[in-house]
Amino acid sequence: MDENVTTAALEEWVRRFAHQVAEHRDHLTELDAAIGDADHGSNMDRGMKAAVAALDESPPATAGALFSKVGMTLVSSVGGASGPLFGTLFLRIGSTLGDAETTSAPQFAAALRAGLGGVVDRGKAGPDDKTMYDALAPAVDALDVALADGADLATGLKHARDAAAAGRDATTPMLARKGRASYLGERSVGHQDPGATTVALLLEAATEAPF
Amino acid sequence: MKKLINDPNDVVAEALRGIEAAHTELRVDHQHKIIYRGDAPKQGKVGIISGGGSGHEPLHGGFVGLGMLDAACAGEMFTSPVPEQMLAATKLVDGGAGVLHVVKNYTGDVMNFEMAAELAAAETGARVASVVTDDDVAVQNSTWTAGRRGVGVTVLLEKIAGAAAEQGRDLDQVADVARKVNANGRSMGVALTSCTVPAVGKPTFELGEGEMELGVGIHGEPGRERLPLAPVSDIAAMLVEPILADLPFTSGDPVIAFVNGLGGTPLIELYVLFNEVNKILGGHGVPIARSLVGSYITSLDMAGASITLLKADDEVLSLWDAPVNTSALRWGI
Repeated sequence: MDENVTTAALEEWVRRFAHQVAEHRDHLTELDAAIGDADHGSNMDRGMKAAVAALDESPPATAGALFSKVGMTLVSSVGGASGPLFGTLFLRIGSTLGDAETTSAPQFAAALRAGLGGVVDRGKAGPDDKTMYDALAPAVDALDVALADGADLATGLKHARDAAAAGRDATTPMLARKGRASYLGERSVGHQDPGATTVALLLEAATEAPF
Repeated sequence: MKKLINDPNDVVAEALRGIEAAHTELRVDHQHKIIYRGDAPKQGKVGIISGGGSGHEPLHGGFVGLGMLDAACAGEMFTSPVPEQMLAATKLVDGGAGVLHVVKNYTGDVMNFEMAAELAAAETGARVASVVTDDDVAVQNSTWTAGRRGVGVTVLLEKIAGAAAEQGRDLDQVADVARKVNANGRSMGVALTSCTVPAVGKPTFELGEGEMELGVGIHGEPGRERLPLAPVSDIAAMLVEPILADLPFTSGDPVIAFVNGLGGTPLIELYVLFNEVNKILGGHGVPIARSLVGSYITSLDMAGASITLLKADDEVLSLWDAPVNTSALRWGI
């Protein structure tokens, strides 16, 4: 398999993610109802549907244009904290990949790490705060490790997916320290974080994309 | 759910149509869901914008007008507006003297306003200052939470900063007054019932007939504790004492006392509550210099109330007394 990923393949990742979000919309909203304000699933679904509509309207030629469009659409249509956080994630991935027509595995991993950096800059979250960080950071690390061990991108992303899922599950016993859930204090313990759940879907979608 | 609505998804857009029809001195940008002054931008005056999730009316759109806000951005129900709304509002009200963003301390609101300020600086070079309100003593302020929520003090701040801007003060001075108000104001609320978000169709949380949620947030977030319903004299003490303890309100310090309804409580009960607040403050030797009683920062149809006390010096009192002409607050004109 050619290690370089085309813009069309990256676009397919975004579309698979939109599909995953739509499919799990009610579940994400239920998770948010327990420790937030019961709108994460519907907000992310609205945003990803808008992103897909924008891609249908004018398919981007480069990875940079693709992820900038997705990021800006999320920022301007999702609202709440999820809009700026997921929007910044995609915007940073886009600005890192730039104008190249294809993306190598190391470039993809570097872009995902830059996206994580954007999320941290925007949300100021760290490990064990019970946020999307707790799924995204392990996934980024797992991809780096797998590629360093000689894995191809598709295999590396399977490791990243598993790490994101484990990170998601690990949020359940955590005490929330960021966002609206932090107001609950001890009452946030025992609930899975909705943002981390969405990140796990993003990595799941990456394993479905033709990388 | 019994509500005066058509499609639950159209509530915000249709309310904006109604506001535009009812208050012809205001303008509404329906694409960006912005209510703004008909005379904006005012050359040489600092512009003040705010915004937040819908469902807290009259906050913020009801406070657009002379002596208060220049523009208000309406988000989806209980969801922060998005950066392009605040960017558009900033452009609409920038008369060359810069723009103050008034932001309630909720994670989403803070991030969206931050992105808007970055975009405004990049696109137009507009000077933007931001003030974040965080007056809710029900939330323990610590580095381990998102910090205190912005509630009732936001109303008082928008009035007072608005008056300062109307006097022609510059952006730094208006921002300083706003920060002083936030630093000297504290609030706490109680819910007697949940609220019902139209698109959800059922109450946000369950509260038994004989229960109340002390320290509730304006979206129905849980508070300090759930307690058996008590007489209003007891409830007033449960709200006022933590406020007095949090900010050193010493004997003789005049305050602006704000008793606010959360949407489902009648005005007569708010006056019963104010009577209790007056007695408690009298007992502490804290004089009420000015008062505001009514439903100004609400949580849809939630029954309950919040109390805000703002320690007010002569500057704050004179700005409070300055003329204001908005759909929800109007005096001195």
